[in-house]
Amino acid sequence: MAAEYGFDTLQIHAGANPDPATGARQVPIYQNTAYVFRDADHAAALFNLQELGYIYSRLTNPTVAALQERVAALEGGVGAVACSSGHAAQIMALFPLMMPGANFVTSNRLYGGSVTQFAQTFKRFGWEARFVDFEDTSAIRKNIDENTKAIFCESIANPGGYITDLDKIGKIADKAKLPLIVDNTSATPYLCRPFEHGATQVVHSTTKYLSGNGTSMGGIVVDSGNFDWTASGKHPSMIEPEPAYHGLKFHETFGPLAYTFHGIAIGLRDLGMTAAPMNAFQTLLGIETLSLRMEKHVANAKKVAKYLQGHKAVEYVSYAGLSDNPYARRAKKYTPKGAGALFTFGVKGGYDACVKVVDNVEIFSHVANLGDTRSLIIHSASTTHRQLTDEQRVAAGAGPEVVRVSIGIEDPNDLIADLDQALTKATAKSKRKKK
Amino acid sequence: MNKQDRKLKSILDDCKSVAMVGVSANVVRPSYFVGRYLSLKGYQVHPVNPVYAGQNLFGGMTCGSIEELAATGQEIHMVDIFRRSSEAGDVVDQAIEHLLDRGLKAIWMQIGVTDPKAAKRAKKAGLRVVMDRCPKIEYQRLTGELSIGGFNSGVISSKLR
Repeated sequence: MAAEYGFDTLQIHAGANPDPATGARQVPIYQNTAYVFRDADHAAALFNLQELGYIYSRLTNPTVAALQERVAALEGGVGAVACSSGHAAQIMALFPLMMPGANFVTSNRLYGGSVTQFAQTFKRFGWEARFVDFEDTSAIRKNIDENTKAIFCESIANPGGYITDLDKIGKIADKAKLPLIVDNTSATPYLCRPFEHGATQVVHSTTKYLSGNGTSMGGIVVDSGNFDWTASGKHPSMIEPEPAYHGLKFHETFGPLAYTFHGIAIGLRDLGMTAAPMNAFQTLLGIETLSLRMEKHVANAKKVAKYLQGHKAVEYVSYAGLSDNPYARRAKKYTPKGAGALFTFGVKGGYDACVKVVDNVEIFSHVANLGDTRSLIIHSASTTHRQLTDEQRVAAGAGPEVVRVSIGIEDPNDLIADLDQALTKATAKSKRKKK
Repeated sequence: MNKQDRKLKSILDDCKSVAMVGVSANVVRPSYFVGRYLSLKGYQVHPVNPVYAGQNLFGGMTCGSIEELAATGQEIHMVDIFRRSSEAGDVVDQAIEHLLDRGLKAIWMQIGVTDPKAAKRAKKAGLRVVMDRCPKIEYQRLTGELSIGGFNSGVISSKLR
């Protein structure tokens, strides 16, 4: 659905018409679990999906609904389902598509936590994740078989420096009649719009840039409404009679709204990974300034990355916003407003030097997070990507000498000074004891 | 509200008497959802389906054909088509033949139903046409009900509803 309004207007207004019950201008926090029905017939109609209304906050809640509509509008999708975390969003996105014995083809350039979730825990559902270098399109095609149900990648890949060639992947997915799910967390819809490049679903950890303030866990799955479930025929849950709803066929009944309806009526209802109203509220507040924050994040990231490139203790900087990065041209195409604010750099002195850098920063916060107004730093190899094999770590861009930074919106001079003093301490030659 | 939404809203506001062609009495069928909902929202529903001829559905007596419906003399503002695209043209032609002097204003084809040639004929006869949309869903979207499910309604308003 093409937006009639500008991004800056949607980030404040989408999903947030004045509260009809009170006239409240800001979205109220509906800290409430259950809702009264008009009468028995109304209740039955809600349970049968014949009418839309509030039944129980595990499925729908007005504050969470506002967040869902806002993110759907910003991504240019038809609907969204919010949940408790980005990890939950990944399960929710795949849940209508997968079944025991099914597989999905995924980029190997992912957040470390996603690699672990896909490679280890999904096995318990009988889901197989096939990790592929998405620069090798023939390898992607080779890994698609009759049991493949989806393709997955990140737009700006964590820990940074790589942009996926979404148009190319989108074409492969389209030809194979598969949905393409893109994790757009590191970019946000302000910097990248995956639906414009062939993605059919987008997931976010709303915990990150969307909220921007590091207060609230959350995730969301957005549907473009563009995938033809009937033409594909690979996803029975979207086209076959659903026993839990007396034989209703989701795609036939709801058309482009089917996947979102399924996410609420089956996904949230039965898995219960519901977003908390308070968290949705905090996230809505954060989104009101998304464009402004992302501009500042990107401007700062460029300054800091350039500075680090010239630093004597830095081996290399991997940031697609630098003109000599191999994906700089791709960044101009997919993230024209900037390649995000998440990137890595290699420290001379390897693993041990990295540990010293992280231990010596004063303004940068040593946390496992990204997308906060505060600048964050982490040594991926010993933390976010710890559970991976050496091979997986290097493939994901998180080798032993790599430090990842999420550049915040502080004064960039302070960030530069902080990194300088930490790098200097980390790579200083040890002083010999005076005799 | 953009031009397209204003068009849809005006059709939904003007056409209070709706002939639903191909409607089903089976509670899980999409057409049942629509018939029930429109009736709930105050629309007068006129079911047309030979399978259910004579039965009262959604407050209306089911006719076996559009011709039969026209013979009842009632005012019909809109024909809502729940048939395959290949059959929609025939429905449109019957509507033009029998319902123009019953006050017919619009043809509405459901999700997945399109026939551009038939749409042209309908427009030539002075009718407004909507294709590949559901009146229930559009009603829900434009009134904010769809927002409950986290759907992108496309409606921005700072006015108190």
